[in-house]
Amino acid sequence: MKKVTFYIDDQPCQAEDGKNFVDAAAENGISIPSLCYYPHIDPPLATCRVCTVAIGGQPRAACSLKVSEGLRVQVNTPDLIENRKAILELIFAEGNHFCPACEKSGDCDLQHLAYESGITYSRFPHTFVDRIVDFKPERLVIDHNRCILCKRCVEEFVTDSGKKVFSYHRRGGRTEVNVDYELEAEMSDKELTRAMRLCPVGAILLRGKSESRPFGDRKYDKPESQEAIPLTTPVEKPVVPAKKKVVATASLAGCFGCHMSMLDIDLGLLDLIELVSFDKSPLTDIKRFSRHVDIGLIEGGCCNSENIENLEYFREHCDILVSVGECAIWGGLPAMRNTISLEACLEEAYLHSPVTRNAQHIIPNHEDIPKILDRVYPCHEVVKIDYHIPGCPPSAQHIWKVVQNILFGTKYDVIYPEFKYD
Amino acid sequence: MFSHTFLLNQLWKIQHEEGYLSDKAIRLLSRQTGRSWVDLEGVISFYHFFRRKPAGRFLIFLNNSILSEFAGFPEVLKAFQESTGAHLNQTDPTDTFTLQMASCIGLSDVEPAALINWRPFINLTPEKVHHLIHQLKSGTDIDDLADRPLSDAYPNDEENKRLMIRPYQEGMAISKLIRMSPDEVIKEIMEAGLTGLGGAFFPTHLKWQSCRNQADPEKYIVCNADEGEPGTFKDRFLILKYPGLLLEGMITAGFAVGARQGVIYLRGEYQYLIPKIKDAIRHFKNEGWLGNDACGIPGFDFDIDLVIGAGAYICGEETALLESLEGHRGEPRPRVHYPTERGYLGKPTVVNNVETLCTAARILEQGFEPYLNTRHPDSPGTKLFSIAGDCLYPGIYEITWGITVGALLERCGAVDPYAIQISGPSGELIPASWKDRMLGLHDLRCGGSVMIYNRQRDLLQILQNYNRFFMQESCGVCTPCRAGNYMLSVQLRKMERGLASTEDVDKMNDWAKLMEYNSRCGLGQTAPKAIIQAAQRFPEIMDQHTRTKNAPFDLDLATSAYDRIINELR
Ligand SMILES: Cc1cc2nc3c(=O)[nH]c(=O)nc-3n(C[C@H](O)[C@H](O)[C@H](O)COP(=O)(O)O)c2cc1C
Ligand code: SF4
Ligand code: SF4
Ligand code: FES
Repeated sequence: MKKVTFYIDDQPCQAEDGKNFVDAAAENGISIPSLCYYPHIDPPLATCRVCTVAIGGQPRAACSLKVSEGLRVQVNTPDLIENRKAILELIFAEGNHFCPACEKSGDCDLQHLAYESGITYSRFPHTFVDRIVDFKPERLVIDHNRCILCKRCVEEFVTDSGKKVFSYHRRGGRTEVNVDYELEAEMSDKELTRAMRLCPVGAILLRGKSESRPFGDRKYDKPESQEAIPLTTPVEKPVVPAKKKVVATASLAGCFGCHMSMLDIDLGLLDLIELVSFDKSPLTDIKRFSRHVDIGLIEGGCCNSENIENLEYFREHCDILVSVGECAIWGGLPAMRNTISLEACLEEAYLHSPVTRNAQHIIPNHEDIPKILDRVYPCHEVVKIDYHIPGCPPSAQHIWKVVQNILFGTKYDVIYPEFKYD
Repeated sequence: MFSHTFLLNQLWKIQHEEGYLSDKAIRLLSRQTGRSWVDLEGVISFYHFFRRKPAGRFLIFLNNSILSEFAGFPEVLKAFQESTGAHLNQTDPTDTFTLQMASCIGLSDVEPAALINWRPFINLTPEKVHHLIHQLKSGTDIDDLADRPLSDAYPNDEENKRLMIRPYQEGMAISKLIRMSPDEVIKEIMEAGLTGLGGAFFPTHLKWQSCRNQADPEKYIVCNADEGEPGTFKDRFLILKYPGLLLEGMITAGFAVGARQGVIYLRGEYQYLIPKIKDAIRHFKNEGWLGNDACGIPGFDFDIDLVIGAGAYICGEETALLESLEGHRGEPRPRVHYPTERGYLGKPTVVNNVETLCTAARILEQGFEPYLNTRHPDSPGTKLFSIAGDCLYPGIYEITWGITVGALLERCGAVDPYAIQISGPSGELIPASWKDRMLGLHDLRCGGSVMIYNRQRDLLQILQNYNRFFMQESCGVCTPCRAGNYMLSVQLRKMERGLASTEDVDKMNDWAKLMEYNSRCGLGQTAPKAIIQAAQRFPEIMDQHTRTKNAPFDLDLATSAYDRIINELR
């Protein structure tokens, strides 16, 4: 095939005439985020819209473009990078992506793209729609919480006689992907495994065979991807400050895992206390603020009225407030209850549960105990949050690098494996 | 062999006969069509009007468009609930009435309006509803109760520029075809300067020429009678008043491009027009205007079929319409080929709006000079507007392009106008003070819908209504539209509750632009337009709903569920 010259952000590139633009860009060392794009599905599905680029300022889905001589495409302008990041955040907000509890973590295209684009939180409110996990198929499990409706499975799995195995169901925000139970039962193991692999996220699972590689050893955990993520700059020597800065921490609706992680810098802790001192914190057991502090680190979201008061108290006393970990950032695991009504949660916990040791079967309530909120709220929906450090928990390195950067302007560098949602 | 095309008609047939689409019916269809269960379920669940559960004897769809809201929707809904005993989206205990809502049903000039067993009922009031339901219960024939929705029609006020609303003599336009070549027909349309009147204003002759140029001998003419844009009802008017003219337009297009088959895709809301269309087709066949050697032209075989949609605004988008015609979910196709290259069943296809086809027939009938004579330097011709809302004389108007906003408001007797929605929620929200702006290709484009809002109307309520409409009607295929509309709804709700800060409003604007920029088809690209325009053009109104400083967390609301549960336990 004839080679043509085309331009990405004014840089000349070469590829075969008519080649898909996402592939052609990759050949030239430029990676364009894509989720629904699956090379041999033609015409491309163009459903996810994370690949948006521009021609002469007009938006186009990169996966639906073909290269031709002289084609000029804007790909990595600051606006386009930000635009694609926003679409990714939208995908996260729309589904229920509890990475720490997902079989596909580490092998997931969505998660990988989010790392690569340096997403620390979603600017959109999470929908927390109650989605089902469908266990009815013989061997597959379809977890609708994770499906991003890329349509790959719908287009790709058609029987020899032309029957669709998967199909969209309903429309608009209520769209979901369903599998045909009869046809699924007839599929070979090989086909089912292919279905699981084809799904860019963890929505299609094969029973008893979720993933072969262990965490830490998965597709996106591999050493080649140990590059710095885009929000970072190279490390420089910390400047030793004239005056110690003051830190406070809190654990709201979290598991103390983030606090454990803070302690995980081991001997680094000795260096750290040269630079900072602690005020109100479970680490010091100081209950009330004794002064105004420079930075507050919040673990956990808000699940009850006390969390709200505490968080507001922190906001009043801290110059800078940081959400540390998934629970603070968007609710995390406690937010799994957000798709269920409070009534049902309380009844299950205190009234109907077979393991409740609660002879009177009452829902605890007293003016001295905090009220449970209708759902778990991320911290930034309650007060203004200045920074977000993702992870469940974030690694110690990640936390302290960010804190030092904020307090002392230390340049820092978070490498790919340190940056995690799980 | 049962082909998967026209699946919609098949589904309608079953539903009309059995009341709903049962498992048994799907199994049978699956066998007949060779399509999987999940596939058919996917199609059925896409369309608002298809049911998988039995309904009551009377199936009520009450229109919830913004004009209906302003005309008394809440009271009418309450009256329906009280008189039928059915809750919304449910059937009453006696299985007599099922009550549902529908997006704009094309009766904007006579709101609130409803469809009961697919017959129109207009200008509803609580009293009228109670009376109506009483009559239905006591066995009065529904056809004796149904209204006849023939809108008031206002011919062009310039008498020499009446092109569409004027007496119609059947067969005049197509009688010219026998003396013309297809190229001459296309030339005539080109010289008139006709552009698509469905809202996109694409030059009609280019569309026809492109289809004509395709080598494939199998071509189609598709008439887009899906008219889903809230506020428009001009296509309904045309079909009701001049069904023959539409057929003549389709025959003309078929002759020009070399097609043998035409299909009218009629929205399900307009089912009461089916007899009109079918009668016209039968009559045209009898006259020899359809069928083999149509219009007496040797070798020109042309027929017209009718397919009925089932409650999906997106099916007005031409590629979604083609998907729907082929018996699929109405999801727009990715823009790779034009329908004129690969359209219905992958064959070259012209998709034209009802009014475009009717106008083409009028141009042929009267020659293109009258069309040109109306010419504003940049937009020739006249246009039908469906005008409704706060005006004394709602109805169908023929206007000459170039008319000013001020003149238009005067013509329809607008009462204390404040804002106007031109071209429907996906179009332009403008202040009524833009009196000197012109309607036309060169200035404000209008596909036909004109909704007038007076000073008492709440802009936020309008935006929330549009937002609900787009959430309901998004096909759900692409992320920005499927999820974006919801995100906008969250911000609008915040504004409604007085909890939105200026920062929240800025965010809403950013998100709206994100949708506009990234959505896959026209629906998602235009859905947030009114929000963006409201912020630009009505800042004072938006400010009224905005707190300047960050609003406190609403602890009362967040704990109200808990308080209620504890209270109930006590
Ligand atoms: C969301 C959406 C809805 C549409 N609805 C209609 C419609 O109801 N009727 C119509 O004629 N065109 C509608 N269109 C425009 C059609 O895609 C197409 O442009 C038109 O049918 C072409 O006919 P014309 O050139 O005669 O105007 C819609 C477009 C979009 C994006
Ligand atoms: S199940 Fe997976 S492959 Fe199928 S649409 Fe959802 S995310 Fe895509
Ligand atoms: S913008 Fe996307 S989701 Fe919305 S109707 Fe178009 S294709 Fe469907
Ligand atoms: S990869 Fe292009 S739209 Fe999904």
